[in-house]
Parts: sequence; structure tokens; C-alpha cells
Amino acid sequence: MNSSTTIASILLAAILTNNMVLSKFLGICPFLGVSKKTGTAFSMSVAVTLVMVVSTAVTYPIYTYILYPEYTYLETIVFILVIAAIVQLIEIVLKKYIKPIYNALGIYLPLITTNCAVLGITMLNITNELSFVQSLFNALGAGLGFMLAMLLFSGVREKMETADIPEFLKGLPITLVAAAIVSLSFLGFAGIGG
Amino acid sequence: MKNKYLGYFTNGLIKENPVLRLVLGTCPTLAITTAAINGIGMGLSATMVLVCSNLAISLLRNIIPDKVRIPAYITIIAGFVSVVQMLVKAFLPSVDSALGIYLPLIVVNCIILARAEMFASKNSVLPSVLDGLGMGIGFTAVLTLMGMIREFLGAGSLFGITVTANHISPMIIFLLPPGGFFVFGMLVAASNAIAKKNGKKAVEHLGCESCPSRAACEKITENKEESSNEQ
Repeated sequence: MNSSTTIASILLAAILTNNMVLSKFLGICPFLGVSKKTGTAFSMSVAVTLVMVVSTAVTYPIYTYILYPEYTYLETIVFILVIAAIVQLIEIVLKKYIKPIYNALGIYLPLITTNCAVLGITMLNITNELSFVQSLFNALGAGLGFMLAMLLFSGVREKMETADIPEFLKGLPITLVAAAIVSLSFLGFAGIGG
Repeated sequence: MKNKYLGYFTNGLIKENPVLRLVLGTCPTLAITTAAINGIGMGLSATMVLVCSNLAISLLRNIIPDKVRIPAYITIIAGFVSVVQMLVKAFLPSVDSALGIYLPLIVVNCIILARAEMFASKNSVLPSVLDGLGMGIGFTAVLTLMGMIREFLGAGSLFGITVTANHISPMIIFLLPPGGFFVFGMLVAASNAIAKKNGKKAVEHLGCESCPSRAACEKITENKEESSNEQ
């Protein structure tokens, strides 16, 4: 298998079969909390994708060249601090230099520090022993998969606002049941991209 | 006096159960409850982190400057998570492999940060520890219950002991992701029904009231309302 097909399969796997939200249950809070409108769902997932790729680009070399092999037990604490710092940095840089993007994404950034999807993807890259380039594409795929799940689910929720829902399921329970059905549809992708 | 301390402890068990009433820590609740024993492992690990971090944060509550409190809390929590992670790896390798990446992810479990922000940073040491213990046990109880339901329906066994698997073929869907969402939805519906019967409000949203990133999230919601008004 040459490298381009591997990268394609990593992307496909990260977007569809190993979808961050629907099969790994990472990033459930934004998935359920910020998915009421398609517009906000889209901006949130763009911000998440950006942070995921940048954090992977920074944490991977830190792990490979500094922590490995002696200090691997510091992985958790180093990664979370690095991600927190990166989110702050991205916020400052965007605010100073790319104002339009800051205006669109800035309010989402503080939410992302404690988003388990970001810490999760940086750790999964290490656990799955991917190379640096593979890790970057895995992070990109995970972000795109998050976006796909958010967009699909926000569409479902916009429909649900006008639906006639049984009294006992109103509110959070029906949201979770709807998520179950969306997640069911992703089971159909099992096997793609290996 | 004694009752007051008991109250701190029992608060997290039912009245403010972190999973069903505050709706925090949804990710691990959905992810690892494919077997009852995983629920216990995850719950107890989180309890230990919760008690230790509440203790440390409550001791340091007058020293940590307000502006950098969230990074400070995260660092403290991450330290304890690393300790628990190493202990589990050393003494319970089977639990470690079952929980996998979700064990280090306790760092970003919002129950822990939420209790640090809502409780430990405002209360003295003993109440904070009791609150952490109560919340942790409430978390463990719900995880174990959900693990039992999913294991029973999805694998026909309980705590690894075969119950109905030989007679009725198990519904594997309950072990897969959709089953997790569905069972959790039903549990929240059931807990809402019980809460309503006792004259309490049903849980309609995610745990926004006790979420540490509530302020940031509310900004988004406000913006959303403004933009919908424009349309």
C-alpha cells in the first residue's frame, strides 16, 4: 500500500467509521449543546478542527522527541497544558492579525480547551502509533467527522423543534434518542477505510 | 452539625446526581458502559481524582488568583489523573485496557472541573472532600447501572457471568454506540419522571447550570438569538 492510499484510508476511517462523536463518544458536550442551529454547529466544528490539527502538530513532536521513552507518564498533564496554551495563542493571534476569522470563531475557542475530543485525538495518535503525517491527517479527519456529525445532527434537531414529542421524552431524552438513530446510520459505514 | 456534613455527602448521590441531574460527564458515561465492571472501574477512578482534586483545590482556594484559576485547576486535576492512571496500570491492568484512552480523559471530565469551580473553590476542606466522595459515588452508581443494563441486554450477562445468553440471543446493538445513546436517553427520561413525581424540575438540557464553561457557552447562545432576530 503506498502512502497516498494509507492517508485516504486514515481520512475515511476518521470521518466515517471511527467518527469522533458517534462511535468514540468524544466531544458529546458541544455535540448536544451547540447543535441547535446549523450555523453555530458549523462554526464550532471549524474551530474544533483547527485546534485539533494545530494541537496534533505541536503535541506529536513533544511526545516523540521529549517525553519518549522516559517520561511517557507525563503525557496527560503535558498534553492538556499544551492544548490550553495553544487555544490561548490561537485566540490572541486571530484577534491581532485575522480579525474576520476571530469574529466568526473567537467565542467558540474558550469552550475547546476542555473539549475531550481535542485531548482525545492527540492521545489516540500516540496510542495508535501513527507517523507525524498520518497523525495530522487523522486529526483533520476527526475534525471533519465531528463537523459531519454536528451538521447532520443540527439538521435533525431543527426538524425536531416542530415535531410532536411524547411528554416523557421531551428535552434531553429525545435529543439522546435522536443521536442514537443518527449514530445507527453511521454503523452502516463499518468496514470502509479499514 | 453532623447532619450538615452528611448533607454534603448525600447531595451527589441522588438530589444532584452528576450524571442524571446535573448531566455532566456524558462522554465516559456513554463510552465505557458496555459492561458493568467497566462502570465500576471508571467510576472509582474518577471518584479518587474527584476527592483528591477537591481536597487540593479547597486547600489552595485562597492562594490561586481568580484570573488563572481554570488553568490551575486543570493542572491539579491532570496531576491526580496521572497518579490514578499509573496506579490502575500497575495494579489493575485489565481495567486499564478496558478503559483505554478514557482513563486519561478523566482530566477533561466536566464533573471534576465543575465541582472544583462550583464547590471546592468556595468551601473548606472537609465539605469539599465529602462533596467529591458523594459526587463520585453517584457517578459510579449510574455508570454501573447503565453498564448492567447494556451488558444484560447486549451480551446476556451481568458482571461477566452469563445469565440469559444461552437461552435468548443477545441484542448486540446495545453494546454498540447507538445503544449507549438510547439507554442513556431512557435513563434520563426515567429520572425525569421520578423527579417530576417528587415535585422537582425535569432535566431538559445538558448540564449548563453547573458547567465550568457556561459563560463562554452562553455568549454563543446569546449571539444565536441576536442573529435569529435579524432574520
